[in-house]
Parts: sequence; C-alpha cells; structure tokens
Amino acid sequence: MAEIRVENLHKSFGEFVAVKNSSFTVASGEFFVMLGPSGCGKTTTLRMIAGLELPSSGLIRLDGDDVTQLRASARDIAFVFQLFALYPHMNVRKNIAYPLANQGVAKPEIKTRVEEAARTLRIGHLLDRSVSGLSGGDRQRVALGRAIVRNPKAFLMDEPLGALDTELREAMIAELRALHDRLGATTLYVTHDQLEAMAMADKIAVMNKGVIEQFDTPQQIYGRPATLFVADFIGSPPMNLIPCRGPLAPGATTVQVGETVAGIPAVLDGTTATDLVLGVRPEQVQLVDEGGLRGEVFGAEYLGTTQIVTLRTGAGTVRARLSSAETVTVGAPVGLAFRPEKLSLFDKATGRALRTAWTVAAETKGHRRG
Amino acid sequence: MSTSAHSVVEPTGRTKAIAGSLVIAYALITMLPLVWIFLTALKTPPDSISYPPKIVFTPSLEGFCNLFTTRSRQTEDYIKSLPPASGTCEQIARARNMVVAGPSNYVPRFWNSVVIAFGSTFFAVALGTMAAYGFSRFRVPLADDLLFFILSTRMMPPIAVAIPIYLMYRELGLSDTKFGMILLYTAVNVSLAVWLLKGFIDEIPREYEEAAMIDGYTRLQAFRKVVLPQAATGIAATAIFCMIFAWNEYAFAVLLTSGEAQTAPPFIPIIIGEGGQDWPAVAAGTAIFLVPIVVFTVLLRKHLLRGITFGAVRK
Repeated sequence: MAEIRVENLHKSFGEFVAVKNSSFTVASGEFFVMLGPSGCGKTTTLRMIAGLELPSSGLIRLDGDDVTQLRASARDIAFVFQLFALYPHMNVRKNIAYPLANQGVAKPEIKTRVEEAARTLRIGHLLDRSVSGLSGGDRQRVALGRAIVRNPKAFLMDEPLGALDTELREAMIAELRALHDRLGATTLYVTHDQLEAMAMADKIAVMNKGVIEQFDTPQQIYGRPATLFVADFIGSPPMNLIPCRGPLAPGATTVQVGETVAGIPAVLDGTTATDLVLGVRPEQVQLVDEGGLRGEVFGAEYLGTTQIVTLRTGAGTVRARLSSAETVTVGAPVGLAFRPEKLSLFDKATGRALRTAWTVAAETKGHRRG
Repeated sequence: MSTSAHSVVEPTGRTKAIAGSLVIAYALITMLPLVWIFLTALKTPPDSISYPPKIVFTPSLEGFCNLFTTRSRQTEDYIKSLPPASGTCEQIARARNMVVAGPSNYVPRFWNSVVIAFGSTFFAVALGTMAAYGFSRFRVPLADDLLFFILSTRMMPPIAVAIPIYLMYRELGLSDTKFGMILLYTAVNVSLAVWLLKGFIDEIPREYEEAAMIDGYTRLQAFRKVVLPQAATGIAATAIFCMIFAWNEYAFAVLLTSGEAQTAPPFIPIIIGEGGQDWPAVAAGTAIFLVPIVVFTVLLRKHLLRGITFGAVRK
C-alpha cells in the first residue's frame, strides 16, 4: 500500500479551470474521501491520479515516485467506476481475472486469486454467471473484485455507490468500510454524498470550484468548518448562517445578532470586517422563554427521536434540532439561544472562519494527533 | 401494476389485422420483381416474352446454360454429324441449332464482384472503425469540420465526379483493375462507415477502455479486446451497408471496367446481345447475383435491425 502525494495539481480545459493548485497527501492505508458538488473538480483530480487525464501542471507522487506523466497501465492503481464498467461480453470470473490475464500470471494462480477475491466479497457463487443478469449491488462487488484481485498500490473510486438505491447504498457503505479495514488499502473515494463521506472517511477533502476548501477528519469538518461553503454543504439540515455585525476586538466573547447579543468562543485576532456570519449547528439552538433572539415557530419535521423545527426570526430562518419530547406549536412566539462554546464565526467577504478559542482547540488537538 | 402507460396504445385485434395486411401487401409488392426474376430465369426464351405472361410453364435450364456458356450457330447437317450430346446444356443448344463453344465470362465477372465488394467493405469498415474511434474518443482539432467534410463527399451524385475519376484512373493506370475498384468503393464507403460507427462507438461507455487501461492494457489492446467486441453489432450493420453498395454499384463499374476487373452488374446486361433478347440468361445471372447479398443480409438481419435502431432508445 502506498502514500499518495499531490502537489500543486492544476488542470484546465481551455478557459475552464477544473482543478486549481490542489495539494494534499493521503497517508498509506488511509480512507480518503473527496467530497463536493458536481463539477467541483473532484472526479478530475481522481482521474489525474489514475492517469486517465494529464494535469496541466503539478506533481503526483505514489510512494515518493513521480508518476505524473506515467500511463494509467503503469501506475498499479485500481479504479472503480460509478457505472461499474464491467465488460458485458465476459462472465464474472473473466471480468475479475481480466487485470491478471495481462500480467502473465499463471492460470492456476489466476484461478486461486479470483476465487479468493470472490470469497472476500461473497460473490463466489456468481463466478460463472454473465454480468448482465446481476443486480446493482452484485455488479459493484464484481467491480470491486476486479480491483482487489490485483493487490494494487491504491484504490480509486468514483462515486461507486451513486448508481445504487438508498437501501443498498447504506449496506454497501458498511461493506466498503469493512473491506477497507480488512485490506488496509489506501483508498481515494469521490462522492457528492456527505453521508457516505462522513460514514467511511478517515479524512475528507471538501472541494468547491476546483479548490479544496477544507481537508480534515469528518469530525473537524462537521464541528469546525473552515469556510462558509463547507458550513453550508455539510450537515443535514446544514449549519444556520446568521448575519451578525463586526468589528470584533481580540478576545471578544460576544457578537451583535440583530437586536440581541450572542455569546461566542473567544475571538483570537479580532476583525475589522463589519459583515460577519455566525455559524450555528441546528443542535446548538435552544428554545428559551425569555430573552434571546425572538421569533416564531414556522414548522416542525418529526424524525423519531429528534425533530427539526424551523423558526422565523428577525435575523432570518433558523432551524433547530430539538428532542421530540419538546412540544412546539406552529405560530407560537419563542426565544432562541445558542450554546456558545462550539459556534463558528465567518468573515462574510472572504468566506473564511475566524480563529477562536474553539478552532484553536482543534489546531492543537490536530497537532497532537499528527 | 397491471395497467401501465402502454395499455393506452395497446393495439386492438382490428388494428393488428390492418397493420398485418399492410405489411403483407407491401412485402408482396416488393417481392414480386424478385419472384419474377427467379421465374424468368427458369423459362425458355419464347416463354419469357410470351404475352400474356406465363405463370405456369415447364421449367427449363436454358437461361442458366446460356448464362454460363458461349454458343455458336451451326447448320443442321453439321449438328447431325456430331456424336450424341454429352450434357444438358449441349442438348439445349443443339435443339436451337447451336453448339457450346466454351464457358462465358460470368464466373470470372462474379468473382471480380466478390473480390471487389468484400475487399472494399473490409477496408472501409477497418478504416471507418479506427477513424470513428479517434473522433469519438480524442479531442480532434476541428473535429466537427472534419466530420462534415467526410460527409460532404456523399453530397453530390457520384456521376458528377465520374469524368474526373475516369481521367484520374486512366492517368494512374488504375482503369480496369481490381485494386482501382476496391480503392474507389472504399473511398465512397468510408464516409458512411465513419458516421455510422462513430454513433455506435459513442454509445460504448469510455469507462470500459479506461478500466482496461488502468488494469494494465495499452489503448490499442483496450480497443481490440474491449471496444471491438462491443461494437460488433455496429460493425456488422455497417459492413452490410457497405457491402450492398459495393455489390450493386453500376455506374462506375460500367465506366471504369471493361474486362480484367469488370464486375457482374455491367456484365449481366451484355448477355442480352448474344443471340437475341435472352431474358432468361439475364434473369439467371441476376438471380445468382442476388443470392449472396440475400444470404448475407438474412444471416445478419438481427444485427442489422439492432444496428439501425441502435441509440434510438436508451436502455
């Protein structure tokens, strides 16, 4: 298994810049997910690492070796496609054996390795079937089989669960992660689905418009979004982004939100910007009888143990995740308070998060981990 | 769910009957000339031009004999002096005061047709597949203009370029050579092949080749082992279209070939001149000429049908 290091990777198609000076490192054995909306450059990045596209500039290193200009076939990387790309004119066994057939592996060994891969994926009984009759999940398992049979340096997966229905997708998420834990293979996984990313990843890179907005663990990305885009993209429902006013002095622990003042983690450097955005996760919203940000209940979605309550306030719509035990009445006037310790603050103009006691706690924690 | 959207337009018994009879009527109309050719091939020359036309008649091999042989007229006394006739064709010829002088040119002309049609189809499809693959998969500069240029070669009637080609061929020594005819038909068909095959190859997901290339195959290997088997249907359909054109082509064949490389289409009408209006021989020549293309088409009809509707409906 190998470490993948990407340095200043850049790709443009004519005028259009698909990937802008991206740099990141996937540690050996890590499950790394690139997450972003369609057209953000994540698939292009993956294809460049695979050797299916040549970068306009930048370097790709596989275990330290520069493979930037190397042909796909010479990189020893496996790729799983969204639409499986199983060869329809071959049966399951031949599909899985196909990468080995070319490497001059002896026939008996091919047979053993194919059967071993099939056993790992629990598709041994399908080996002599035609691929056209298989269900979506089994097709994806065959595609995975074709990838793992080679023992490649790394697995690249381009939305491999995108073509499956929700139920199957959830089962495959667990299966993929279990497979990764068993094989310990470096995996680069591209998806636009944050649930997939959160559930499987060791590290996530959130991409937008060809730029990596944040590169961190799922917990950090959820808890401490580095930019407004990440804050808005991750979480369902997403983070409430409430306009508030600066400037803030270094060490400030409150911010003006509409007519009220909300507590925040201590701001480290302060800011001169006047337009700020307060990022509040729905679970950080509390209803209070008196004081706070005044508003009224607009609607509630029941989700079992919790409910998502939509509130209209002077500062815009706010969504709160409350216990289902709390009763809310549509139209009732309420007060909102935010649990201050984990709130995020953004500069609206730059879109970047301000450094606060909360984000710095992450930095030091991050150092310790690294 | 038993009621689908289709039930709205589910044909009733009556509409099925009407559709069926229309198809049968159309089939009869189109098949009639073919049937007539086969019947005429089995008639004697007098039967073939009798009026009203004979539907019931005694079949004769005279047409086929006349097609495959050349005959010379002799006096009755001379014919009587000959030893008894050795074969069917000799007997038929003597009944008309003739003797068989030798084989006709039909077999070599037919063979020319086979070589030229198969040869040009092979080259047109081979070049067309590769060009179509290139246009489909790579960013070709000016791809749209090039494709239009390729198509534009078919926009004028072939006869418009007949004289320039005739002069060119005379200058190059390509007149009346099989190579020249293969070259010409390949040039005409390759545009059709590129366009048809580009459609087919566009439909084959790139991921197949990309998967193969990541699995350690070169692009050429991926093309051969992954793309070609997938495109087989399209290639078969394209081959039939090219084949039919090259097999039936008449205008250029008349103009550019006269002996060595003459194909069957310009040869068949010539038979008429040898000893009166020999329609049965012409019909026999035509009937035999039709057989390969009919067999070829019937064998590949499933591919052909799928080929024509390919891409019209998404899976």
